Amino acid sequence: MYDGVYSEKVMDHFTNPRNVGEIEGADGVGTVGNAKCGDIMRIYLDIDHETQVIRDCKFKTFGCGAAVATSSMATEMVKGKTIQEALKVTNKAVMEALDGLPQVKVHCSLLAEEAVHAALWDYAEKNGITIEGLRRPKKDVHDEEE
Amino acid sequence: MAPDTIYLDNASTTPLRGEVLDAMLPYLTGEYGNPASIHPMGRTPRDAVAHARESVASLIGADPSEIYFTSGGSESDNWALKSAVLGPHPRGRHVIVSSIEHHAILNTCSHLKSMGVEVTYLPVDRDGLVDPAVVEASIRPDTAVVSVMAANNEIGTIQPIREIGGIARDHGVLFHTDAVQAYGQVDLDVTRDNIDLLSASAHKLGGPKGVGFLYVRKGVHLDPLIHGGEQERGIRGGTTNVPGVVGFGRAAELAGAGMAADSEHERTLRDHLVSRILSEIPYTRLNGHPSSRLPGNANISFAFVEGEALLMSMAMNGICVSTGSACASGSLDPSHVLLAIGLDHATAHGSLRFTVSPRNTLGEIDRTVDVLKEVVGRLRAMSPLYEDHIKNGEETRG
Repeated sequence: MYDGVYSEKVMDHFTNPRNVGEIEGADGVGTVGNAKCGDIMRIYLDIDHETQVIRDCKFKTFGCGAAVATSSMATEMVKGKTIQEALKVTNKAVMEALDGLPQVKVHCSLLAEEAVHAALWDYAEKNGITIEGLRRPKKDVHDEEE
Repeated sequence: MAPDTIYLDNASTTPLRGEVLDAMLPYLTGEYGNPASIHPMGRTPRDAVAHARESVASLIGADPSEIYFTSGGSESDNWALKSAVLGPHPRGRHVIVSSIEHHAILNTCSHLKSMGVEVTYLPVDRDGLVDPAVVEASIRPDTAVVSVMAANNEIGTIQPIREIGGIARDHGVLFHTDAVQAYGQVDLDVTRDNIDLLSASAHKLGGPKGVGFLYVRKGVHLDPLIHGGEQERGIRGGTTNVPGVVGFGRAAELAGAGMAADSEHERTLRDHLVSRILSEIPYTRLNGHPSSRLPGNANISFAFVEGEALLMSMAMNGICVSTGSACASGSLDPSHVLLAIGLDHATAHGSLRFTVSPRNTLGEIDRTVDVLKEVVGRLRAMSPLYEDHIKNGEETRG
């Protein structure tokens, strides 16, 4: 059914997702999406407090092939970056890195961006800091679509 | 198709049977005549169509004159409902359908609603059954037609159509049944089952795509959907699809002759598949009625994982199945059938449909379960829902 619908990169990240798993005692954890719409993403961040560099990033996702692939790609793209650099990893950038997504799957890439932001927000709250340019994540990125 | 493909999506479509292709070939080659032609080239195709009409009719105890060939199940469903409610003398402008009908019925109803027709959607129980008492209670003086499918395409539940048809008849209301999944799979009899209108399609039983029929009980008025020439006794225009009709006839003959043995084989494979999955993969459930269901259908929910991801993972292992997940349909809502039987969204999103045919083997079923165990395990390992379940214990399940 999805033969030829997803790019090779999407299929690669779905088949061999990078950074799957949890980080024990993560500095920031963000969960977005809901089961009603069929996608839930959780991102774990390990952040170096001094340099503000994301040392490690892992994910867990309940969702379709595109949801898994965007989570995987998003973790790859923010890993090793500073928080400010990670904020520039938009859903468009994730989609481009995956050589595109079918129109009906674009919301998956929004979810990935939102999950990273939610994890950063959690980090900021835990440490009582403000991250410039980071807004409180929506509880559910599908809110706007329904 | 790769040689090692395991095809378990026979409710979507079936491979054309060799005997059916053999029967069709002459009408794709030398016998190209139009059955409406008076010259000699029309003769053999005309006889072949008449023979096919007898074959498809006899499978449901109908008279050949009550069969109208169409382009398939969707056209037949459209035709039955539109004729019943928009024809010259409808009983009224109210239609009753089950909430788990195929979209060919549900979207026809949406269209009729836009024209001022009222529609009642019958609920189903947890097994997907329509309660005949609710059908009776829903009938109004202006009800034109009741339409309840003979068997559901997703969960395989077989409806009590004989009772429902009897109730409709007692009230002078037409009864239509979408038998696209049931025709050739289970025993149907238009007289015994009180059916006025019945839709069927060839490609679900080893016939070609693009051909179906609408059965219309003698005496029931049928208004044309496709206006045109004198084909199908003047009420369904369009040059007869001779190879398709001939193939449908042959497929019906084969399905009728093999029904008992085929059902037995399918049931054996299906029961083996279901029992292995339910016993070897935790947090799974069978959707649909446990016994009143199509012999080849299994619909199973796998908690904590999503159907499209499951389907893709199975496909990468050469196994073709289908899913009720929204993600496979392009909408955000999962299957209306799975929601109607009371599944929550997450469970409905994580459902797969396996539909076996008489050509499948026990070895294929075992391989399918072996792959499933690995795939479900892999997807659960990356599921935040499963993680929460493990950390928080049983109470968060679902």
